[in-house]
Amino acid sequence: MAYQWNWGVFLQPSASGDDTYLGWMFAGFKMTIALSLTAWVLALLLGALVGVLRTVPNKTLAGIATAYVELFRNVPLLVQLFIWYFVLPELLPTSIGNAYKQSDPVFQQFLASMVCLGLFTSARVAEQVRAGINSLPKGQKNAGLALGFTLAQTYRFVMLPMAFRLVVPPLTSEFLNIFKNSAVCSTIGLLELAAQGRQLVDYTAQPYESFIAVTLSYIIINVTVMTLMHKFEKRIAVPGYIGGK
Amino acid sequence: MKRLAIAAALATALSAVATFPAHAQESATLKKIKETGSITLGHRESSIPFSYYDDKQQVIGYSHELMLKVVDSIKSELKLAKVDTRLMPVTSANRITLIQNGTVDIECGSTTNNLERQKQVGFSTTIFVIGTRLMTKKDSGIKDFADLAGKNVVTTAGTTSERLIRKMNEEKSMGMKVISAKDHGEAFLTLETGRAVAFMMDDALLYGEMAKARKPGDWMVTGTAQSKEAYGCMVRKDDPGFKKLVDTALTKALIPPKGLNLNMPLSDEMKAAFKAPNDKAFE
Repeated sequence: MAYQWNWGVFLQPSASGDDTYLGWMFAGFKMTIALSLTAWVLALLLGALVGVLRTVPNKTLAGIATAYVELFRNVPLLVQLFIWYFVLPELLPTSIGNAYKQSDPVFQQFLASMVCLGLFTSARVAEQVRAGINSLPKGQKNAGLALGFTLAQTYRFVMLPMAFRLVVPPLTSEFLNIFKNSAVCSTIGLLELAAQGRQLVDYTAQPYESFIAVTLSYIIINVTVMTLMHKFEKRIAVPGYIGGK
Repeated sequence: MKRLAIAAALATALSAVATFPAHAQESATLKKIKETGSITLGHRESSIPFSYYDDKQQVIGYSHELMLKVVDSIKSELKLAKVDTRLMPVTSANRITLIQNGTVDIECGSTTNNLERQKQVGFSTTIFVIGTRLMTKKDSGIKDFADLAGKNVVTTAGTTSERLIRKMNEEKSMGMKVISAKDHGEAFLTLETGRAVAFMMDDALLYGEMAKARKPGDWMVTGTAQSKEAYGCMVRKDDPGFKKLVDTALTKALIPPKGLNLNMPLSDEMKAAFKAPNDKAFE
């Protein structure tokens, strides 16, 4: 039995009748982008905060930040997702939990996925930020303090402007990862790119076309991200440091 | 680094293209089994009572036992003393592809034989007949599909029920929110935790989920069957030699399930299929 190639399959009306299969793929494409970008914003904000906290002299704060990173970095993404989606609503008070579970399933799936991806990635971002801060010469912090800046001011005006620019290249790879990791969210039924691809295989029996289309879509997303980040890296590179001139 | 990443992605895509199924010969499947001395069986993980893991992670079930009977007759047909049987768990969504690309030689689980799938794979004689219905909490007030308008309903991804309910939702503009769970176990979890008010699936599987629920008495199977469907074992298409052997083995083995009481009445269609074995699809 030779495989019957049929690239026209994408233009056929879909099984539910309201769209073409290309439309399904595009819906998944949009979902992947929306999920990854919102999760990335969450990851950057939390990651920057936790990464900074890991380097402060206060033992308690640094300890909390370390615990946060170890927790979210060492539990598999899939397990975290199932906890957010299946377990957490059960821990809410019954009435609130039930109201939440009766809400739009897409909203529930999206929220769980976004929080899960965001927190998982924030732990990794935090590690990059911490490494960036630690890579600065000790003298910079001491100089800031010696000039009469408070610790907060030293971070704000001396260290972070340097550190954040230094960590942009490693953060690019985390940014790419978040798009790829978002495929995990298809396991709770969120119809993102990978799930739409799976569904397409199921409905059209054209697995190769479907998976090639999914692969190409991820490549398009990630090449775009790489190009944009490369431009951004060039603009903000610190002269005299890695990547700077 | 960046170029390497692109090259790796392309290589993955290309290797997916390159895995064409072998061309059919005189029962290519039997030939392959004889040459390699092994057969790969596709089974399900939570299709109770057809094919599922027991508490020791062993695959058991009605369809699975039938499949083992088939393996026995393959052994005697090929006059092999021993055939390595490799078990491969499949899902609703990937089972057809795995048969098509040759990963799995035969799958006996809870796969509906319909005309559309017959274009992709071969089916054995019918081993079971089900109707697609609903499971809901006894006090949910849901009696039939019409009561589901505007509610959250769960089904399993890649099943005939998923298509039926999506189509119904579209055609009757019922405003249902359909959740597609990964497997039957997860679909029931979605129902049990209150995320969905009803679970649409093959009635036998619903009774199976109900039997293993924490409080089986809380649940009921209800609603007009939206379709009657015939289960068959999947084999590769265009391999009549292998299908014939499977059919013969199944016909010999086909008796109603023993020892497992689901309190499920045997349908007339089911009785007819036991009486006169056939591989007819209902639609």
